[in-house]
Amino acid sequence: MNSKVVMITNETGLHTRPGNKFVQLAKSYESKILIANEEGKEVKGTSLLKLLSLGIKKGSKLTITADGTDEINAINGLSELLINLKD
Amino acid sequence: MSILIKGIDASPGIAIGNVFVYEEKEINISTKNIFDNEVSSEIEKLKNGQNKTKTQLLQIKESTLKKLGAEKAEIFDGHITLLEDEDLFDEVIEKIENDKITASNALSLGIEEYCKIIGNLDDAYLRERVADLRDISKRWIFNIEGIKPMDLGILEKNSIIIANDLTPSDTAQVNLDNVLAFVTEVGGKTAHSSIMARSLELPAVVGTKEILSKVKTGDKIIVDALKGNIIINPDKKEITEYEEKRSIFFKEKEELAKLKDQSAITKDGKEIKIWGNIGNPKDVEGILKNGAQGIGLYRSEFLFMNSETFPTEEEQFIAYKTVAEKMEGKPVTIRTMDIGGDKDLPYMNLPKEMNPFLGWRAIRISLEFKDMFKTQLRAILRASAFGTIKIMYPMIISSIEVKKANEILEECKSELKSENIIFNKNIQTGIMVETPAIAIRAKQIAREVDFFSIGTNDLTQYLLAADRGNEKISHLYSSFNPAVLQAIQMIIDGAHEAGIPVSMCGEFAGDDRATGILLGMGLDAYSMSGISIPNIKKNILNLSKKECALLIDGLLAQTSSEEVLDYIENNFKLI
Repeated sequence: MNSKVVMITNETGLHTRPGNKFVQLAKSYESKILIANEEGKEVKGTSLLKLLSLGIKKGSKLTITADGTDEINAINGLSELLINLKD
Repeated sequence: MSILIKGIDASPGIAIGNVFVYEEKEINISTKNIFDNEVSSEIEKLKNGQNKTKTQLLQIKESTLKKLGAEKAEIFDGHITLLEDEDLFDEVIEKIENDKITASNALSLGIEEYCKIIGNLDDAYLRERVADLRDISKRWIFNIEGIKPMDLGILEKNSIIIANDLTPSDTAQVNLDNVLAFVTEVGGKTAHSSIMARSLELPAVVGTKEILSKVKTGDKIIVDALKGNIIINPDKKEITEYEEKRSIFFKEKEELAKLKDQSAITKDGKEIKIWGNIGNPKDVEGILKNGAQGIGLYRSEFLFMNSETFPTEEEQFIAYKTVAEKMEGKPVTIRTMDIGGDKDLPYMNLPKEMNPFLGWRAIRISLEFKDMFKTQLRAILRASAFGTIKIMYPMIISSIEVKKANEILEECKSELKSENIIFNKNIQTGIMVETPAIAIRAKQIAREVDFFSIGTNDLTQYLLAADRGNEKISHLYSSFNPAVLQAIQMIIDGAHEAGIPVSMCGEFAGDDRATGILLGMGLDAYSMSGISIPNIKKNILNLSKKECALLIDGLLAQTSSEEVLDYIENNFKLI
């Protein structure tokens, strides 16, 4: 198991469009992906509804956890996607 | 009798046409319990509804792609992902199985749970995503129940859609050949439907509350989406009036569009720079669309105000770098943090002051909170490698502050150098000229800096000792006061004597009536919010700098703001 904390920097946060990109990428890994917000609420990284419910806005710190054979790749890929979000 | 209704202008324009009332078909979702042997058929219905909805969303996505481009089409990729959300699907099936309720009922309850959570988030933009969810829920339930949704693609010509709310998928289906505008009862400027209306350049007014109770399909209606006004059943006079307004709007839009890529050159061949003011990276698009040739004021304090703690060096760096890159080498003037006065920062716990505008604010705070200031300067320096960035210090009253600030800047430079981080070693530093002290000593202080930028809002209030937020004395607060104009002239002369350029980033630069006098006084650059740019550019194109300069002595001989305005009206219009 591996995890990493990432800060959201795009203006509008993780709304439908960027959230969808995240979920699609999360689904492409074999590892189980979990996302937690600062209050420790943790949800599946493959459910866009659950992600939207976390209310991830600019400045939010997320903990991405991946568990599986490609966990390192998953953590790197997903955190890179979050860091490079525009708009 | 015509009826007037007020709303929020969500997408500019004027339309005169016929009402088409778009009412959601009421669906009566059955709340009765189902029998055990009906469970599997309800689950089947849920799945079939999901498949049908997916096919429809893919079609909408295709037509959006053609009409609005890839970015807007991606919204529907998100909708499809929500539609196929495994957690939601499992939860709904659980409801059908355990609570013995119909598929539509279970789905509606399941999605509402998420709407509640998302609707209670503290971020307005995320909150509005509830509309996306309800859009999907509605379509899905329609498909389960076998109801055909109303089709917005086949309206009569000159239709104006009136609805309680329009979903993004509704908006995407609008056929621009037939639809002139839309009006909704709910919604704000950042709702997806408003955003799409602006991309489609379709006039829209939202938040009109009870309009549906006052119109029926076929009514004549005027939508003034410049002001947010709706006129139902207008009389002949009103129609003629708005037909004129509409043709003026179209003509201006056309002419201003032509100006976008044109340089602002006066009739006698002087090139004047027209820049934009921004608060955050998102604003860059707006000023570029209006033809800004640079940024004369980037209010960095918004980064501090939109955050719950001090923004880190990395966060600031990303913001500044984004702006520099988007501007592709055009100048970007970053004003260092300007907190205090009327701008509070809760997490700083600034003491309450008797005279906040004369108190501990802007550079005065930065010089004392050295770590915070260094974080900002390091971020600006790092971003300077990605474009043409200049640093501007606010609220300066003497060269001592400039010297202190520059010393800290040099410290940051040597730190970055030893860390092998690249930056522009010759980054320009200038000041906001907004205090009477600098206006009087302009000539001397101009030798210490690379540029001046006149902040007319504070300069006016300090020179006239008139609080700009106090309504009781608002008649005293005017940048057209001869004392303010004389000060501006002194500042410009002082700068030019020392060989540095001077720009203006206060409201005055975007004031239509001031373009000619500032040109005559010798201002080198005007910086303003995006929407003012085309107009000011148009003014410059129609003025001669030489002729304006000849009128300045007469201007400064006036004795009051009223006289100044009369003088401008009588003389500058004729040039």
